[in-house]
Amino acid sequence: MKSWDNITKIAFSVNEGKSSAVDLVKESLKRINEASEYDAIISLTKDRALERAKMIDDGVSQGQNMGRLAGVPFIAKDNFLTFGGETTAASNILKGFNAPYQASAIEKLEAEGAIVVAKANLDAFAHGASTENSDFMITKNPHDKTRVPGGSSGGSAASVVLGLAPFSIGTDTGGSIRQPAAFSGCVGLKPTYGLVSRSGVVAMASSTDCIGPMTKTVGEASLILDIMSGRDPLDSTTIEKDTLGYIGADSDLKGKKIGLVKEYFDDSLNSEIKDSIDELIVKLKSAGAEIKDVSLPILPSALAVYYILCPAEVSSNLSRYDGQRFGYSYEGAKDLNESYAESRARGFGREAKRRIIIGTYVLSSGYYDAYYKKAQLVRTKIVNDFNDAFRSVDFLLGPVAPTQAFKIGEKSNDPLAMYLSDVMTVAPNLAGISSITIPIDMKNNLPVAVQLMAAQKHDRSLLGAARKVEELA
Amino acid sequence: MTKENKYLYKGYLPTIGIECHVQLKTQTKLFSGVDNDARDAKPNTLVSHICFGLPGSLPVLNSEALVLASRAGFALSARPQNNSHFDRKHYFYPDLPKGYQITQFEAPIVLGGKVKIVVDGEDLEIGITRAHLEEDAGKSTHDVGKDYSLVDLNRAGTPLLEIVSEPDIHSAAEAKAYAQELHLLMQFADVSDANLYYGNMRFDVNVSVSKDDSLGTRSETKNLNSFRSVEKAVEYEIKRQVELLEKGQSIVQETRGFDDSKQRTFSQRTKEDANDYRYFPEPDIPPINLTDQYIDEIEASMPKMPEAWRGSLSKAKLNFAQIELLLESEVENQEISYLSVINNFLDKPDELKKIANWIINIEIPLRKNNPKLKIASDETRTNQYLEVFKLVEAGSLSSNGAQDLITGLLTSNDIIDVSKYASEKGLSQNSNQDELSEIVAKILSDNQKAVDDIKSGEDKAIGFLVGQVMKESRGKANPAIAQKIIREQINSL
Repeated sequence: MKSWDNITKIAFSVNEGKSSAVDLVKESLKRINEASEYDAIISLTKDRALERAKMIDDGVSQGQNMGRLAGVPFIAKDNFLTFGGETTAASNILKGFNAPYQASAIEKLEAEGAIVVAKANLDAFAHGASTENSDFMITKNPHDKTRVPGGSSGGSAASVVLGLAPFSIGTDTGGSIRQPAAFSGCVGLKPTYGLVSRSGVVAMASSTDCIGPMTKTVGEASLILDIMSGRDPLDSTTIEKDTLGYIGADSDLKGKKIGLVKEYFDDSLNSEIKDSIDELIVKLKSAGAEIKDVSLPILPSALAVYYILCPAEVSSNLSRYDGQRFGYSYEGAKDLNESYAESRARGFGREAKRRIIIGTYVLSSGYYDAYYKKAQLVRTKIVNDFNDAFRSVDFLLGPVAPTQAFKIGEKSNDPLAMYLSDVMTVAPNLAGISSITIPIDMKNNLPVAVQLMAAQKHDRSLLGAARKVEELA
Repeated sequence: MTKENKYLYKGYLPTIGIECHVQLKTQTKLFSGVDNDARDAKPNTLVSHICFGLPGSLPVLNSEALVLASRAGFALSARPQNNSHFDRKHYFYPDLPKGYQITQFEAPIVLGGKVKIVVDGEDLEIGITRAHLEEDAGKSTHDVGKDYSLVDLNRAGTPLLEIVSEPDIHSAAEAKAYAQELHLLMQFADVSDANLYYGNMRFDVNVSVSKDDSLGTRSETKNLNSFRSVEKAVEYEIKRQVELLEKGQSIVQETRGFDDSKQRTFSQRTKEDANDYRYFPEPDIPPINLTDQYIDEIEASMPKMPEAWRGSLSKAKLNFAQIELLLESEVENQEISYLSVINNFLDKPDELKKIANWIINIEIPLRKNNPKLKIASDETRTNQYLEVFKLVEAGSLSSNGAQDLITGLLTSNDIIDVSKYASEKGLSQNSNQDELSEIVAKILSDNQKAVDDIKSGEDKAIGFLVGQVMKESRGKANPAIAQKIIREQINSL
């Protein structure tokens, strides 16, 4: 696992003409090739990456500043629409799909000189917590190839930890950035809902989908968020970024109140994770933070709510994959209905079908009130409970998942056990708040991480506090 | 007889509700920045990643559609709602790229409202249940004998306002009158091109019949694109349903189409194949919040609507047919406004009556036959009509002369000084007593029998004599003065 210089340093060096973007891209491609046994990458965007690298080097040689990410290679989860190769969302139904436009997040990163070199593996359509649901390959945990990297942004997490590129980007609908960051051992940020545009990202559940960076350090995550965030005319759910941006936030914890979420520290939590967090708490106290116990009694309902609302939106968002305009289409169909049925039956994997069926069920007339509507009511309660909690504390702290990275195959035949991996991450998505995973320890040669949460639009102070946690750990 | 009895067909009362889809004339589509005017565009040229339903594409609401929908609300006598939102309606069809239509199911932008119609001289009020915004689908073409269908997505994403009436309609004539009035309202409110040929307004009619107070099972005949087909489809459905019931059969709840050439409806699908649309709130578009100030500003910008015009014009003693012709003509040609001219004479009943008549009898037919006639400003046309009116009042222009003069003014390429033009063209009326007296004397001596009739009390012959004087003067005589001189001369004989 070779490491990279800090992103800011790389870009500075490129802008100074001291290192070349082409060399950086080649280095990244070389590392990707060397780490192929981890199956973190679905495809390369090699030609376009080298072209862009050359363009950046040329710009520098003409004396231009090529941006805050000049020449920095990065890896995008394969549910971001990008030029230079296919965008598949790791699903057979999108195999062969070449995007005619790019995600807004990609455009913003490119505008600052960053270069997409590859597309990372994921659970197909981001449905999963282990990256085992990819239709193409199972990504391995960088620390133990018999274990999962977490998911659904498992390829993105593994890429950063393996040093394939200085950073990657992922999507987090119910924990899909934070949980693989914890399993694989990197920083993973789920910003406030709406802070980063979803335009050009294959939708999973529109009301909880968030886009965020996966990096080695909190500082780098701050930089990437600073670049990707803000109002986008192509996504009407986006919000303005913090007027101060996200870089250089105050990391002083003196007098700050951190709440320990009682419901996350029950018997289901692995005792080694608990021990690591206890050690961290001691350090946080000595750094001047005030630690409080906080209870959010509604939290045990969050997973149930999530697994109603998310499949409902998934079943709707996946309707457009009908074999008629793009992606996979069954050739042997005799009529329209067969074309629909066979294209979807053959194109979607088991997990996508499971969620389509659940989602269709909960939205059906006669069941809508009992499931979807009730789940929305509880969601409102979750939002209110978080708001209440953030009136008494600045941040909430808890584990990211009940366990460390589990074995490949351990849960893949038990969807309920797999869904339980999300138990600690879904609530922030439902509440739309900001939350970040920070690795704090290694146990059994596997990473241990915590999740730090702040109220909506408090991403800046969250990143400041996260930097202190990173420093103390 | 109760009010309803006149509607009865073989003892059954028909009940009709109408849904009308109005395409709003926004610059761009409802959720994407693509040109909304697909009339002369080649198939699939007005399509963005949003209209095409590509992965990752998100709808962004066009604020102009909110303005037009709000205007339509006021046209329906309803104040738009402060809070509304979009929902997704799911079904699979190749001309629906996302697999769902974005529509307003739970909280539409317009709730309530009414439309007034007149049928057989009777005033009726049709209630409006709601009007909601939604995106149009694309257009599918199924050519006979081909093993494929074609889809054109130019129309996909065009903003529609679906106006749903209460089941307050009870006859084909009322259905037609309602459709016509909606058409007029949407044009006055300036929210739609309202061209039926291009499908800018499409009607779905829900028809049921019943012998008692309960409602019968209804059929829905979809996609009617002319007033006549609305009328004929309703007529056919009433007859078909009553005949089925009379034969002891029952009505199936179903969707029907209308065959224009055969003037009959036909079954398309029954309720058994109906979709469960699985509506839920559209998470990609935040709820719509219109402030009172926003709504007030739109209300203030509304033009005078047909009902108000009917009030003003009937007060000025124009009859029903004249008023309706004026209202229709007002919207038929967007380039010209007749009512803006008439508007200047609302408190001058004499001027108004005469000028409205000229517009109805001269200008409107003239422009219909000569669509390329130049159009002077409202102000110029107002002044011209006023001057013509003054000439006539002063007795220096006959009604024939006025007609020739107005025709001349309208067909001339230049803007003209009216009285100068009138005298140059020899249109000015002859009120000169001496000249007229000579003509009258000649006519009287040529028509001794008429003179005798008048003397013996048969006064209607006077009209004949005036006519002869007019003829002799080639229309230049002032008929009132001519009549006066005729009487004087006969009395002095």
